[in-house]
Amino acid sequence: MTAVVTGDLPVIEAPRSRRSGGGNGTNFEMYAWIFMRMSGLLLVFLVLGHLFIMLLLDGGVQRINFGFVAGRWASPFWRTWDLAQLWLAQLHGTNGLRVIINDYAERDGTRFWLKMLLYTSSFLVLLLGTLVIFTFDPDITG
Amino acid sequence: MTVTEASSAVQQPGVAGHLRTVTVKVRRYDPEVDPEANWQSFEVPVEKGDRLLDALHQIKWYQDGSLTFRRSCAHGVCGSDAMRINGVNRLACKVLVKDLGDEILVEPIKGLAVLKDLVVDMEPFFEAFRAVKPFLITSGREPTRERLQSTKDRARFDDTTKCIMCAACTTSCPVFWTDDAYFGPQAIVAAHRFIFDSRDDGARERLEILNDKEGVWRCRTTFNCTDACPRGIEVTKAIQEVKRALIFRRR
Repeated sequence: MTAVVTGDLPVIEAPRSRRSGGGNGTNFEMYAWIFMRMSGLLLVFLVLGHLFIMLLLDGGVQRINFGFVAGRWASPFWRTWDLAQLWLAQLHGTNGLRVIINDYAERDGTRFWLKMLLYTSSFLVLLLGTLVIFTFDPDITG
Repeated sequence: MTVTEASSAVQQPGVAGHLRTVTVKVRRYDPEVDPEANWQSFEVPVEKGDRLLDALHQIKWYQDGSLTFRRSCAHGVCGSDAMRINGVNRLACKVLVKDLGDEILVEPIKGLAVLKDLVVDMEPFFEAFRAVKPFLITSGREPTRERLQSTKDRARFDDTTKCIMCAACTTSCPVFWTDDAYFGPQAIVAAHRFIFDSRDDGARERLEILNDKEGVWRCRTTFNCTDACPRGIEVTKAIQEVKRALIFRRR
């Protein structure tokens, strides 16, 4: 028996419309998630190693001066170490804050401007740090 | 609940023999009366074995008929009466009053619009549920008999079949509180139930939906959902399994 339908048929709404922008078929969020774990692991060694050398090893923090840094950065190994540390920490922190902004900013406007501020400052720190590591001149008189 | 006086000979001091009085503070909200929600206290006589739902019934039936809450089966199966009890999401029909102290705070579940008292608008929750396509998707020829499955294959997703959609997990999730575009734990549990079902062919599709920026990657692994689930589903684990399936593209 067929039911007689009177009046309007019930409207079944389309499944939730996805928020516009981002995530449209890309794996960005997944790679960001994996990056956080990988960089976190690497940073444990890089940063703890850095702290150990700088603060504890022979004479500790007292021995650090311009000459000490110049001596270290004469070796490409330590430059690479510091560069990796800078980039990983900066990107790790930036992504962490991006995620926090996504979680806690309630309006789209707030979200956008906080992120702009974040990306700009992060870019400046990366740029400055990288510039110093690559163009460091041990000749203090120059 | 009215107490029959038949056993008055053995009554002990107190409200009425075996009854004990607890204070139930309910977060009341009725937009037709007051645009603000506020707390109202009720002194409720309860029996030793009473559940919080019994106390709420006592209020509704004998003290204040305007108290509004959802409940259907009243035995932890239908999932209607999830509420925030002493700050955590529980089913009112599954917690015993004796485990809640002398003052019990009862609020509606968080993150969904309150309609009246303890009743919230569940639509955003169901919307997220529908979005993960919670039904069997198959391809190829229809089999002439049942779609058989080994015990092992069935066990793979057994945990997530237990969901009763009470929303206790989703509304305990801090990410969902601030952004209801996030699918929320329940929708991921619903997707998990089919993604890991050997009879289903829609895993890719569902994984792609959950790979979205409002999908599984927003999970902060706070375990609130696992703690809230009245069915004991390991919700956070299910979410992690979906993440893993996405990373390694296999189930």
